[in-house]
Amino acid sequence: MNTSIKPAGNKLDRRSFLKVSMLASGALMIGVGSYGTLLAGEAGQETWIPNLYVRIDPDGKVTIISKNPEGGQGVKTAFPMVVAECLEVDWKDVRVEQAALAVDDRYGRQALGGSRGTPDGWNDLRIAGTAAKDLLVAAAANEWTVPASECYAESGAVVHKPSGKSKPYASLLKTAATLPAPDVSKLRLKSRPEEFKLLGTFVRGVDNQKILTGKPLFGSDIRLDGMLYAMYQKSPVFGGKARSANLEHILTLPGVTHAFIVAGTGEYNGLQPGVAVVGTGFWEVNNAREQLEVDWETTHADSTASFDAQAAKLAGEMGEVLRHDGDIDAAFKTAAKVVEASYYYPFVAHANMEPMNCTAQLHESGKLELWAPTQNGKAAREKISANMGIPESRIHIHQVRMGTAFGRRSRTDFASEAAWIAREIGGKPVQLVWAREEDMRHDFYRPAGWHHFKAGLDDDGKMIAFDHHFITMGKNGKTISGASLSPKHYPAGLMPNFRFRWSIIECNVPTGPWRDPGHSAYCFAYQGFFDEVAIAAGRDPLEFRLDLLSKSYGKPPLDLVRSSNTLKLAAEKAGWGRDLGPNRGLGLAFHFSHRGYAAHVAQVVAEGASIKVEKVFSVLDVGPILNLSGAKHQVEGCVIDALSTTQLEVTFEDGATRQGNFQNYRLLKLDRAPDVKCHFIQSENPPTGLGEPPFPPVGPAIANAIFAATGTRIRELPFRRSGITI
Amino acid sequence: MPQFTLKINGTDHSLDVPSDMPLLWALRDKLNMTGTKYSCGIGQCGTCTVLVDGKPTKSCRSRAVNLIGKEIVTIEGLTADCSHPVQKAWNEVDVPQCGYCQGGQILAAVALLENNPKPDDAAIDEAMSDNLCRCGTYVRIRKAIKLAAEYAADEGGAA
Repeated sequence: MNTSIKPAGNKLDRRSFLKVSMLASGALMIGVGSYGTLLAGEAGQETWIPNLYVRIDPDGKVTIISKNPEGGQGVKTAFPMVVAECLEVDWKDVRVEQAALAVDDRYGRQALGGSRGTPDGWNDLRIAGTAAKDLLVAAAANEWTVPASECYAESGAVVHKPSGKSKPYASLLKTAATLPAPDVSKLRLKSRPEEFKLLGTFVRGVDNQKILTGKPLFGSDIRLDGMLYAMYQKSPVFGGKARSANLEHILTLPGVTHAFIVAGTGEYNGLQPGVAVVGTGFWEVNNAREQLEVDWETTHADSTASFDAQAAKLAGEMGEVLRHDGDIDAAFKTAAKVVEASYYYPFVAHANMEPMNCTAQLHESGKLELWAPTQNGKAAREKISANMGIPESRIHIHQVRMGTAFGRRSRTDFASEAAWIAREIGGKPVQLVWAREEDMRHDFYRPAGWHHFKAGLDDDGKMIAFDHHFITMGKNGKTISGASLSPKHYPAGLMPNFRFRWSIIECNVPTGPWRDPGHSAYCFAYQGFFDEVAIAAGRDPLEFRLDLLSKSYGKPPLDLVRSSNTLKLAAEKAGWGRDLGPNRGLGLAFHFSHRGYAAHVAQVVAEGASIKVEKVFSVLDVGPILNLSGAKHQVEGCVIDALSTTQLEVTFEDGATRQGNFQNYRLLKLDRAPDVKCHFIQSENPPTGLGEPPFPPVGPAIANAIFAATGTRIRELPFRRSGITI
Repeated sequence: MPQFTLKINGTDHSLDVPSDMPLLWALRDKLNMTGTKYSCGIGQCGTCTVLVDGKPTKSCRSRAVNLIGKEIVTIEGLTADCSHPVQKAWNEVDVPQCGYCQGGQILAAVALLENNPKPDDAAIDEAMSDNLCRCGTYVRIRKAIKLAAEYAADEGGAA
């Protein structure tokens, strides 16, 4: 039996989320919309499981399930904190358990990406915690035969206010399990920062003990009896097919048990063609892989040089006009001043610390079991099912911790490969691990882009016209992943005359989501150019930006008040305008993405052509902060990641990636890491994720600070193209 | 290659691996000690750092057979209860994000504090710049090393 009503849109009408179903075990489950069961009370059982997120044992231990995969974004700590806050239990009494990918949609979206975990989970986690707490309060009231309104919950116990007597949750489980579900629409959910006891405090990662003692935790730490190890060699030229390979020789090498060609399906985000080598350990398999001689059939020879040449040619063309407000040509004719500049950023790689990997076993029963460090197990399961003809119900995915994610692990290639190899070798568990070089050469890169800007100023130095020609990457005339830009992106809507047009370069290089896709790249162009325009207008870059955010033409493209407040506070915290002495400078940038408002002020000092970023003052408005440690982590991490990325590029030659390892893709080291001072503007606005919004304005804030310190305007990434090193 | 014995975390482990196999893969795939992680395989990132006779060593570039007779310490061998001053400080500051590189970071910090019980920023920069962190926990690593130095001083011994 299963009845459900779909919620109408995103607006929270909690009654419409109710769903009642009967489990095979006889447990009654009342679900919260597509987000699974709210209540699964089963009378008489020792352990009480009020809903999918909470389990309370008779000894009082509370287990909270973390539904989403963890890759360093802190969700495995932050989400259970939300449940614990509403359940009114002490954090020290809580254990957190990682959920596997559900066979149904009981948990709703179980994915990492788009900073969506927090906004998507906020209501359901609060409902889960609050409903369970209300049931326990009702149970105590029942046992005492007093009105529930005279009782409240605190630190894992229910207290009867008039008499002061109390009962621990553990003593109430049997009674609670017999009670009807609370009306979800009547739950009072905490939403204001001042109501929180646990939320907003500094809570350490729930996996710290394991990490600090080297316990198995990550995907590549899985060890199973009889497990073999695999590597998967793909064509250096993206998409190439293996015609033949020296497999007879490979099979004679020490430790090698299997070697075979996989035809693949021809799509990048899936099972690409390649050659699998399987054996008794990574070292043996990698040695054999290095001896592979494969005849690849390739169909393109994309290169950075050809992209550059096409971009240069397209720069002289009009491109496709996607938006035109007012009359841009007339505005430029009457403008008192016109400023033009072009910006460029290259392709970059994810360079996850833990290379792509996945462990798989096809059991005799036909069940395929995967231990997948994936951001999107559902997508992997669907892809594997399609590739191999195995029903999704027979594919079980453990969500194992990821040694960073950043969008890379949302792709399904590595899991598809592991699953296929597991079937080919027949029954034994197998762990696929990519060599670092394969990881870097078969990434889904953040695409390069070229921005040609032209701004018109009136006599007062106000920007009245903005023309933007974006040259980007695509396939068959459509932008590819990470290469799009919304015509609504501000400054659209903030001035009377605006035009946005683009030209698309055909691209066979795989691209994909990369930490704040699009935004993390093009913010550098916008915020650098705004700085130039402000200075050309003889105005202060802060005042110029605030003025730009003071008025919209039609519906504003972003919340002007929250944007301005974020900028103002960053400037205030940094002491914007103060005298820093010679060779030092402050630079400012702002961005809005994924529902989050971010502004940074960077302070740099020039030591010749070498720049040291001394401090970054960061202000974020993402609603209430769940875990203060996790929130600061994301800001600090974004600052360092973004600074690192100003130094990086991936280039292509003859259809293949040139860089292969960290010696020519040099991530920032500790000695160049700035001090990060971060501040949060907290409010009742629904919280949003922090893994992405802080990133985009970091690079341009630093570039603008370098201009302030040295007079060198950086319009291209990496910085070394402008003669600047960090 | 005949069998040989390595002393890892104070315990003798018998190995039968090719003479060119790096310690990293002997640890991970033969002894199932997965605390030491693989990331670059060419000694560029420090993720696979272990201590060999107290010195931070990249296990992806060190042949297992060359370490006979040496004292090898991996992250599993520091303390199991997180009571080492560096582990304590790492937890207090909540250094890890994804955590993948942290075993190597911690062992590099342990070696630094052995040699320099009160390192300044320059000493930390120098000692820790062989270890990459993709999450960007550098700010907290600096802070945790200073805190670990305090913990060690309070305990009256070297870290």
